[in-house]
Amino acid sequence: MSMELDVFVGNTTVLDQDVYQLWLDGHTVSDAVRIRMEAGALQECEANAEVLHSDTTDQFRTFQMCERLLQSPSKVANQLLFQIPPHRQTMLIERYYEFDSVFAREVLGKKLSKGTKKDLDDISSKTGIALKSCRRQFDNFKRVFKVVEELKGPLVENIQRHFLLSDVLARDYAAIVFFANSRFEAGKRKLQYLSFQDFAFCAGQLISYWTVGAVDNMMEDLDVDLEKDFLHDLKDLKVLVNDKDMLDQHKSLVCAQLRGKIKVFSEMEANFKNLSRALVNIASKLTHTKDFRDLFIDLVEKLIEPCRSDKWTIGDLRLFLKHYSSSVHMLEAFRHQVIWDRYMSVIKSCILKMYHD
Amino acid sequence: MPGKLKAKIVAGRHLPVMDRASDLTDAFVEVKFGNTTFKTDVYPKSLNPQWNSEWFKFEVDDEDLQDEPLQITVLDHDTYSANDAIGKVYIDIDPLLCSEAATVISGWLPIYDTIHGIRGEINVLVKVDLFNDLNRFRQSSCGVKFFCTTSIPRCYRAVMVHGFVEELVVNEDPEYQWIDRIRTPRASNEARQRLIFLMSGELQRKIGLKVLEMGGNAVVGYLQCFDLEGESGLVVRAIGTACTLEKISTFPATATHPNNSSPSKDMKEPGFGEEAPGVPLSSGPPTPLRAQTFSSFSPSKSYSRQSSSSDTELSLTPKTVGHLCHFCMIPPSPFCVFQEYPFFTLTAFPPGFLLHVGGVESARSVKLLDRIHNPDEPETRDAWWEEIRQEIKSHAKALGCHAVVGYSESTSICEEVCILSASGTAAVLSSRFMQDGPLDTEHRFEEVVSPGCGFCHIPYDELNIPFPAQLTYCYCCRRYKVPDVLFTTIDLPTEANVTGKGCLIQARLCRTKKKAQGEGNATAISSLLPFLEYELHTQLMNKLKLRGMNALFGLRIQISVGETMLLGLASATGVYLTALPSPGGIQIAGKTPSDITYEQHISTMQKKINDTIDKNKELYEINPPEVVEEIIGSPIPEPRQRSRLFRSHSESSDEVSELDLSHGKKDAFVLEIDDTDAVEDIHALLTDSPTPAGFYSCNTEIMPGIQNWTSAIQMFTSVRVFRLNANLTNQGLNKIFSDLCENLLKSLYFKLRSMVPCCLCHLNFTVAIPEDELIQVAVTAVAMSFDKEQPLENGKQSGEKTLIKGKHRPLKAMSGIFPPHLSFLSSLSPSLSLALLLSTASSLEKASPLPEGRSRSLRSNRSYSGSSVAVVKMTPLSFIPGAKIIKYLGIINMFFIRETSSLREEGGVSGFLHTFIAEVFAMVRAHVAALGGNAVVSYSMKECVFMENPNKNQAQCLINVSGDAVIFVRESELESTSVQTQSATTHTSNATL
Repeated sequence: MSMELDVFVGNTTVLDQDVYQLWLDGHTVSDAVRIRMEAGALQECEANAEVLHSDTTDQFRTFQMCERLLQSPSKVANQLLFQIPPHRQTMLIERYYEFDSVFAREVLGKKLSKGTKKDLDDISSKTGIALKSCRRQFDNFKRVFKVVEELKGPLVENIQRHFLLSDVLARDYAAIVFFANSRFEAGKRKLQYLSFQDFAFCAGQLISYWTVGAVDNMMEDLDVDLEKDFLHDLKDLKVLVNDKDMLDQHKSLVCAQLRGKIKVFSEMEANFKNLSRALVNIASKLTHTKDFRDLFIDLVEKLIEPCRSDKWTIGDLRLFLKHYSSSVHMLEAFRHQVIWDRYMSVIKSCILKMYHD
Repeated sequence: MPGKLKAKIVAGRHLPVMDRASDLTDAFVEVKFGNTTFKTDVYPKSLNPQWNSEWFKFEVDDEDLQDEPLQITVLDHDTYSANDAIGKVYIDIDPLLCSEAATVISGWLPIYDTIHGIRGEINVLVKVDLFNDLNRFRQSSCGVKFFCTTSIPRCYRAVMVHGFVEELVVNEDPEYQWIDRIRTPRASNEARQRLIFLMSGELQRKIGLKVLEMGGNAVVGYLQCFDLEGESGLVVRAIGTACTLEKISTFPATATHPNNSSPSKDMKEPGFGEEAPGVPLSSGPPTPLRAQTFSSFSPSKSYSRQSSSSDTELSLTPKTVGHLCHFCMIPPSPFCVFQEYPFFTLTAFPPGFLLHVGGVESARSVKLLDRIHNPDEPETRDAWWEEIRQEIKSHAKALGCHAVVGYSESTSICEEVCILSASGTAAVLSSRFMQDGPLDTEHRFEEVVSPGCGFCHIPYDELNIPFPAQLTYCYCCRRYKVPDVLFTTIDLPTEANVTGKGCLIQARLCRTKKKAQGEGNATAISSLLPFLEYELHTQLMNKLKLRGMNALFGLRIQISVGETMLLGLASATGVYLTALPSPGGIQIAGKTPSDITYEQHISTMQKKINDTIDKNKELYEINPPEVVEEIIGSPIPEPRQRSRLFRSHSESSDEVSELDLSHGKKDAFVLEIDDTDAVEDIHALLTDSPTPAGFYSCNTEIMPGIQNWTSAIQMFTSVRVFRLNANLTNQGLNKIFSDLCENLLKSLYFKLRSMVPCCLCHLNFTVAIPEDELIQVAVTAVAMSFDKEQPLENGKQSGEKTLIKGKHRPLKAMSGIFPPHLSFLSSLSPSLSLALLLSTASSLEKASPLPEGRSRSLRSNRSYSGSSVAVVKMTPLSFIPGAKIIKYLGIINMFFIRETSSLREEGGVSGFLHTFIAEVFAMVRAHVAALGGNAVVSYSMKECVFMENPNKNQAQCLINVSGDAVIFVRESELESTSVQTQSATTHTSNATL
């Protein structure tokens, strides 16, 4: 004796947000039933286990049927099969594309190809996120990447338009696409302490100020490629460390500003030339693909770690970077102020974001 | 002659990939009507083709227009091999044939394939130019309006109700033709779909002709059914109530001053379907106008006498009747019962129409199917139904009634055995609305006292009761006698005095049966039927008493036959009618009161029952005012259980056996516990779990005691199939069946919990035995939220208030299924709705409501990207809460077959059926939207035949749905426009000053 068939179809598609989350998280029906029971679903409406099981199965089936549509969200609004009020459509899409930052952190900078898919098993066991959910998230990354790769115009807007996501989520996807496109090294052990949000912030900064789209949003190509001319111009900054006078002058200007204002003044004074050299070297080498990919690891190794070992506080670092970059304006011999500001404003906010334990 | 049908194929979208190599499709379209076919050009390499074709014109007879659907086939062009069909769209053009319905069909319609389901959409435009036809002998009946709604449609007034119309057509089922062995499943399914489309078109046309002959212009309560008789053929039959309807034209003034503008008031005739409750019924002697009718039209008098004198005598030919009616119409008198069968498929009536209700009557007959030899002469089937209708009619007579209301017919088929059933409620209709009826009845009923209790007063002669009954004086007026319980198939009259709230009551029964063939099988079934009905009835009565109620409305008893069992399911809405006496309790008695433990057992049981009754009374707020018992005749010492049911079963032979279902003289309320059946009964009684807090349920249109509906509605269909083990006893089966229904209800409550407080209305259960050891239960209903607070007195503010309330509701409700304030304008494109408002409001020309409407729609759209798909509401009810139906666009009657040979890949049986039902909904919505509508009312799923063969990985399902496509406007919107009208008129008058 068994229930052979059990369906419920509403004219307006019935969607339970909690169950949707369970489905997105990749639970099986019986898992989901157990979780719902633990959450006290049985207290509602005098339900019993059987009712809960039937409801969960039915909801899971509904989501599965919707999944095909969710993969091209623009279809959700003009399909006829499911009558879903607009705000519920938005919810469905947004949730479907939401991801675990732990998962995204793992995938960050990796090539979004089939080969990586095999690694999903490892990621799943490492992060504790169900394989099914990992697969969905990974497929979402890949899908978004594939679509926007071929599109012109601003990345975030493209993602928003094609996937109908919220601004916040679209920005996160932009970061993922940016990382996947630029293949930044993010997996090194030394970078493990950085969260997805740290990287997403940095990516946002880079997209906003360093890319092709940042200057001209009508470019032909994907606007997440960094502006070649800008990278080339960065080589000119070398003068700051190569010209001994300029370096000394720069140092004294910064020291004058910071004296008595930061606790680690002596350490800073002693280290100034190393730090400055590191910052300028990073800038000048960005034209090389290899060095470019190592941007974050370089920042950590050459700047963050030395400061950290000298026990700089974040406030110290902020002050230092502020005056370090502004003092350059007082160097009369230096003629690349615009490039310098464009470089430093991004690097400064990235370093500050990355400066934590 | 003639009409010109014009079709234009605009575009396609979301087409499937037909060419694997290019991932694209080279699509073109064939447009076929009758034997004429047109083709569009091939639109190469696109999944979103833009054909933008010319107008394809078909010059055809209007007869064909009614019978044939427009058939649109989308194909993929293939240079080297045969073109592949992508799918089809059938368009019923009937709504375009009536001037008052839709004028154009335009929109995106799903392209449907019986194997693959929906495969993209196609945008079409269809129009019809009809030429006036003055031919008296025409075979078409264009212009007759059809409504599934079983009451007078909301924006109409009944000038006259002519009565019962029926028709049936038969054909061979293509699935069983020899050719089916060699053609593909797709071809066979399409042949079937097309045939059924044709047959229902023909059926509708024939019924329309009958209506025209009777002088009517519409069919209300149109109920069309299919009998898939397998080898012996396919029967499509329909019944309905012929009416002459008149559109209430005073819109939107009706919204604001319904009393002033109602055209009926001047004529002192309450209009139907008009919500003007204030008009009192004149209860005195007939008005002069009426008397005149009788004296001046002698033929009508003599005729009416003849028709009512005896049921064996045949009435005059319908043609003459129509003629007569036409003359009688001059002093408008909405109801006339001239018919051979004074049956009404209506379930709700205007106040004052329904005078007395006798009780439920039903007739069943078991028939052996044989091949229909000549499809043009479906005489056998006709004769079968004739027989049953005669029986119903005679029952009504026995109950002292001259009419049957809430009438319906159904069948259950298993192999070659077919059970035909008909049921209705015997009633006396107001003679003010009728042309005939014996004079004495007229006298008796002319002095109706209170509309709140009048219908409960017995219509039959007290001394000549056809069954033992306990009568008391009416608890409302104390002047007339009432029975102690009342069972009916109609909706609760709106004016009825009801104490407390109502609830769904179901009796469920399973009986095993030996496998048999032919005649033997039929005999076995007929001998089982009476017991089944008796037990269902006992269960209903017990459950009614357990809830402390005394009347059942909307009673529907369904008996389904399988090879090894019979299933019986009776559903009704129980209420406490204030006019009827309070029901007594249920007492249990043991036969052998020797054992002490046994005695204890009984007393605990008794206590349990008494507690349940008390609890239920509290739950349903049943606290009737205490009254001093006034007893007429014999005192009522104890309540008795009695049946108001009249049934009989006839076999294939003409022998008609009557069965009195009353429990005779014995006090049947005493359940003797030695009896195993009684144990079972008690068990069944106590296992019914009450509805969870915040929920109410009923199978009628509305629930007494709830008025303040919000606009949140959710129509749904749920289907379950349960596999049984072999060798179950009756008791075991009963338990399983009962649990199945109970669990289904529980699941529904749980699913819809976000809508609380809410009522499940029009809960319609359908049971079937698709094959041995399978039980299928399908439910269609609508969940409607209501506000707990008192109803809002002022209509003008109601819109605003509900909006506010919607926002303030607990978050849980907000996150629920339907945002109450988001529904209308965001859905229907504003320009369309406003255009409608403009066209209906004649004085609106100057004050265009556009700015207001636009700002509103903007507000309701908020930040969401505007959906390009119009929201279409669906409900099995005849109305939409908080909204006014401003136009009926025509009947929706669709039949679909879906088949798969990759069942597992489609998610098993549940996945398959889930998709199919969703597709059917989508197609209904799309066709309604294409007609320009935004809702389907009186929606029902009349057939859901599911067959599976998991071993072969196959399944097939047939679904038939129907309803009325309408345009509705939110009452709040209506208010705003009428306010604007007023301001506009003041503005213009100012200007002229």
